[in-house]
Amino acid sequence: MVNYIWVGMMVTGFIVAMLTGNVDKVNAAVFKSAQEAVTISLGMVSILVFWLGLMKIAEKGGLLEMLALLFRPIVKRLFPDVPEGHPALGYILSNMVANLFGLGNAATPMGIKAMEQLKKLNGGKNEASRSMITLLAINTSSITLIPTTIIAIRMNYGSSNPTDIVGTTLLATGVSTVFALCIDRFFYYRSSRKGKK
Amino acid sequence: MSFINSFSIWFIPFLIGFILLYGTVKKVSTYEAFVEGGKEGFSLAVSMIPYLVGMLVSISVFRASGALDLLLDFGKPFFDFIHVPGEVVPLGLMRTISGSGALGITSDLIASNGPDSFIGRLASTIQGSTDTTFYVLTVYFGAVGIRKMGYALKVGLLADLIGFIASIIVVTIVFS
Repeated sequence: MVNYIWVGMMVTGFIVAMLTGNVDKVNAAVFKSAQEAVTISLGMVSILVFWLGLMKIAEKGGLLEMLALLFRPIVKRLFPDVPEGHPALGYILSNMVANLFGLGNAATPMGIKAMEQLKKLNGGKNEASRSMITLLAINTSSITLIPTTIIAIRMNYGSSNPTDIVGTTLLATGVSTVFALCIDRFFYYRSSRKGKK
Repeated sequence: MSFINSFSIWFIPFLIGFILLYGTVKKVSTYEAFVEGGKEGFSLAVSMIPYLVGMLVSISVFRASGALDLLLDFGKPFFDFIHVPGEVVPLGLMRTISGSGALGITSDLIASNGPDSFIGRLASTIQGSTDTTFYVLTVYFGAVGIRKMGYALKVGLLADLIGFIASIIVVTIVFS
């Protein structure tokens, strides 16, 4: 599906550009965004190195195993495929906690480490496993306790109460996370039924 | 307000300090472990590049050509019909494809409508509510080399839609 969307956006863009005369803008956009992508990736080096370094200490000290043990009942239900005590659980939990506190920068490296472990569990295939998709669903809809960036923007524009959207954000993300998990389950059972036929 | 503020300020140093002290107590050779783990960060960032280039180019072609605007104009009567302020629709769409793009639209909406207006609050809630599905998908799957995504994209996009609708409903109930 991602193949079709990818080609679809490009080709539609080129056709519209020809009709509207925006071809020069599109040409500029191609190279500018390619450059931007490299800048973003390299810009993440510092954050990734720092948090992955710290996480290594936490991992060696046994902190991740402890976290995983603590929240085992919840995570076991969300990720029934991951065996107990597997390091993936610790990373998944750190990822969820970082998202909860709006620490997107800290959440990404942990999410990536979790994916790496889940890939090992899946026999190293380049195919997304059930647990990987669940982790993704939790991440895109992630429950947010403190939306740090948006509070900062509201303060900048002189809001009389910059944090009054914390409650609505928490409610909206709570709803979307629950639904995301239901949708995830629905698609999983549908695809596993198909597989058996 | 001041509590949340100081919480977010203190959380990071606390977390870092805690991990360092915990490692020390557990007799981990902290500095060596840090360097060992940090090395992985560089290769991860580099392995992400092709995935991000592919996705961002496609998105920006779609946007710069005017195709995104066309799509929005096309849907406008429908959004009017279901009482969704047309101003936030581009934000809802952009939120799924570009985090920085969405942040741009949000600050634009807040600047032109005021942070405490209905649209300002709605935009703030939408911005805080969902994450950029395409970005998460690209970065997380790209870093570990997942090419067959299964039903992941469908789940992510549907979750975004639910988050968007939930934001509108919650903000309408709470603030109007």
